[in-house]
Amino acid sequence: MMPTMDGDAWRPSVYRVARVVREFEEVVTLTLRPEGGNRPAFMPGQFNMLYAFGVGEAAISICGEDEGQGGFVHTIRRVGAVSHALASVSEGDAVGLRGPFGKGWPLSEAERGDIVFVAGGLGLAPLRPAIEHVLQHRSHYRRVTLLFGTRNPHTMLFESDFGRWRRGAEVDAVVTVDQADAAWRGSVGAVPALVPRATFDPKETMAMVCGPEVMMRFAVASLRDAGVPAESIHVSMERNMKCAIGLCGRCQYGQDFICRDGPVMRYDRVASRFSIREI
Amino acid sequence: MTSMPQPGMARCIEPAALQALIDLLAQEGYLIVGPTRQDDAIVYDRIAGLDDLPAGWTDVQAPGHYTLVRRDDDAFFGYAVGPHSWKRFLHPPVETLWRALRDGDSFTLAAPSAPAPRYALFGVRACDLRAIAIQDRVFRDGAHVDHAYADRRRSAFIIAVNCGVAGGNCFCVSMGSGPRADAGFDLALTELIDAAGHRFLLEVGSDAGAALLARIDNVEASMADVDSAKAVVSHTAAHMGRHMETRGLKELLQGQPQHPRWDDVAARCLACGNCTMVCPTCFCTTIEDHGSIDGSSAERVRTWDSCFTLDFSYIHGGSVRTSTRSRYRQWLTHKLAHWIDQFGVSGCVGCGRCIAWCPVGIDITEEVATLRVAVEAGNEAGHEHD
Repeated sequence: MMPTMDGDAWRPSVYRVARVVREFEEVVTLTLRPEGGNRPAFMPGQFNMLYAFGVGEAAISICGEDEGQGGFVHTIRRVGAVSHALASVSEGDAVGLRGPFGKGWPLSEAERGDIVFVAGGLGLAPLRPAIEHVLQHRSHYRRVTLLFGTRNPHTMLFESDFGRWRRGAEVDAVVTVDQADAAWRGSVGAVPALVPRATFDPKETMAMVCGPEVMMRFAVASLRDAGVPAESIHVSMERNMKCAIGLCGRCQYGQDFICRDGPVMRYDRVASRFSIREI
Repeated sequence: MTSMPQPGMARCIEPAALQALIDLLAQEGYLIVGPTRQDDAIVYDRIAGLDDLPAGWTDVQAPGHYTLVRRDDDAFFGYAVGPHSWKRFLHPPVETLWRALRDGDSFTLAAPSAPAPRYALFGVRACDLRAIAIQDRVFRDGAHVDHAYADRRRSAFIIAVNCGVAGGNCFCVSMGSGPRADAGFDLALTELIDAAGHRFLLEVGSDAGAALLARIDNVEASMADVDSAKAVVSHTAAHMGRHMETRGLKELLQGQPQHPRWDDVAARCLACGNCTMVCPTCFCTTIEDHGSIDGSSAERVRTWDSCFTLDFSYIHGGSVRTSTRSRYRQWLTHKLAHWIDQFGVSGCVGCGRCIAWCPVGIDITEEVATLRVAVEAGNEAGHEHD
């Protein structure tokens, strides 16, 4: 029997790089459009596996849709060989893409309540399509807060989006930096410290948190201190991932596979392992 | 031959008929793999006939120990399991998933060129039948099907052997997976050697098995032969080398990620990953992408990997599990606890391979028993102070 690849989730499709936006030094945002056909639908919070020819594949969150053009938007930081190759592409280049995979943010469950988005660094990328969804359905939600922490003013992500999100006070977006410069007029310090200053009704709030694990631990603690129930907090987890389809075993986090049962996970379901080291 | 064999029927065959069965499988194009003696161990490799089997040999197994010694008969299957399991055929250690070719400024994907062989797995023990059923759940029965695995699995012909010897590290009875093969085979053998001669009781597990059996010399099994075969399995079941208490084991392990016993085992564990390589159910893999030197082609290769390596949990900035403690905890807790949440069944079949092939003789049954005693003693001490 000859091997077949029909319907094989191992098989990437070819996408073309339609646009490259350099966010700052090692971070770029790519718009990728499928070569022939339409991209599959996705939910904010899901991820794709992006393949650089001959180099390898990496799990990258979906950072947005391509406004009517049928593509995906991905923001990539150069950290290893694969992300370096992906962050070095030019418009017109071909890359491979499998996905989308995983569970997304609880945007329907959050309706009729307040929302607090808490993002650290590139953790803003998977929250961006959730913020866009909320703006498109703004009347379904009450107060919407975005708390974003980044290293310094030069590592500000999606600066033009912030202007749009803040317009008409649709989103109360607060930015804090670890290290300010002379021109910085915003907050300085860690993002969890912004939680007590934000205005939301803790019992009627859905919190969505993404960033480095240590930042999420403190952010969750601040949200709990503010009275947000554990089951109303969602975190987006990260582990080493090779297949994204539950077969390679690498992304296990306790009994869950991050690729399949995450990356977005309800905090009360992972609370018992959330602060255990090296789990 | 008096009647057409049917699934569930017991027949009796001579060793010569077993050779005929192997010949028929070869004629039908199966690649036949079975036990052979190589490098002082019994390993699974291509066989052409009974002469390739380790007749007259048995194994002596203990933690960190495996030796072959002569038996005082010429039994073909008078030993327990060696370092190989059948996953090396159904879930191969190295497998090309696809190849990609540069095509102008784009690329195209092609399936790997080699067609999957049709395997006849000859001499599969009950524990390993369970292991195959467990990997079926992982690769074939989940939301995403591994098509190459499913193809190999569908085309495989399985001849099971009921165990006549319990190895020193065996505990299939504890795991409910043996020593009798009761499902998942085409044909199942029980080797009988007594005053009545050297013969096999043969049970049919599928229509394909029945069709093959009809083409070799066989007679209806006598009541005495059926009783002898039952006695072989009962004797093996009564002589398990080890025992694992599975009652409440999932909750026990999931409730103890911080127990000091993990430090104790970590002080002995070399994090070599042998246990994961010999385990018939461990399925974790890594992916390697290779590009040709001229950039014209690339391939994606999947290879076995182990949760004991640092690379396994590497994300940018470092590995999640840097300590041996956390890696052993991951392996054992996954195998015996999380697996039940993930796949509805324990990941352990009681084959004892991880015990024999651990270079420092860490015994999974001992680790579990010691942890249980320590936790239960701690609980009682806690109650006394209430």
